[in-house]
Amino acid sequence: MAAGRPFFRRRKTCPFSGDNAQKIDYKDVKLLQKYVSERGKIVPSRITAVSAKKQRELAKAIKRARNVALLPFIVQ
Amino acid sequence: MALYEHVFIARQDITASQVESITADFSKIIEENDGKIAKNEYWGLKNLAYKIKKNRKGHYVLLNIDAPHAAIAEMERQARLHEDVMRFMTIRVDEHEAGQSIVLRSKADRDRRPARGERAPRKEFN
Repeated sequence: MAAGRPFFRRRKTCPFSGDNAQKIDYKDVKLLQKYVSERGKIVPSRITAVSAKKQRELAKAIKRARNVALLPFIVQ
Repeated sequence: MALYEHVFIARQDITASQVESITADFSKIIEENDGKIAKNEYWGLKNLAYKIKKNRKGHYVLLNIDAPHAAIAEMERQARLHEDVMRFMTIRVDEHEAGQSIVLRSKADRDRRPARGERAPRKEFN
């Protein structure tokens, strides 16, 4: 990858896969907050490098957190 | 029996002892329908991310429940009727978390080191 490119970008790995990975929990606001934008939208996995499987889990957790007012639906 | 996590948010202007009595009521409903409460956690008066019925804050309570569906259905029915309960959510889980949930653990962390705003948590991406 990146042969001849002016800069080399390190391949990021999924933060929820592998050993000592964090568990996705809708109650963990601090963790979920890293995966929502300033406006409160869920950040796409191509930016955060979360695997597809974990992104689905994450999205579900964020939506649950929104339901119990731990996370906002939108930030004005 | 199935394992559930139930979170409910009570109105901000009731007292902590009233919240406890609501929790006790719900626990009684579960126990009468042959379920049991594995754990109950009071998270305290927390700020809501958005207003619910004109409340900016709410008392959060988490119940870990091991009960048949009928008990959950009855408890949810009562929660819907209850005036002080603004919102609730019941989730089926595969296993209950041992020990305190993350909310109380992070709260304990904050209490242990009072020095605030030393360094903002670094973002993992970008």
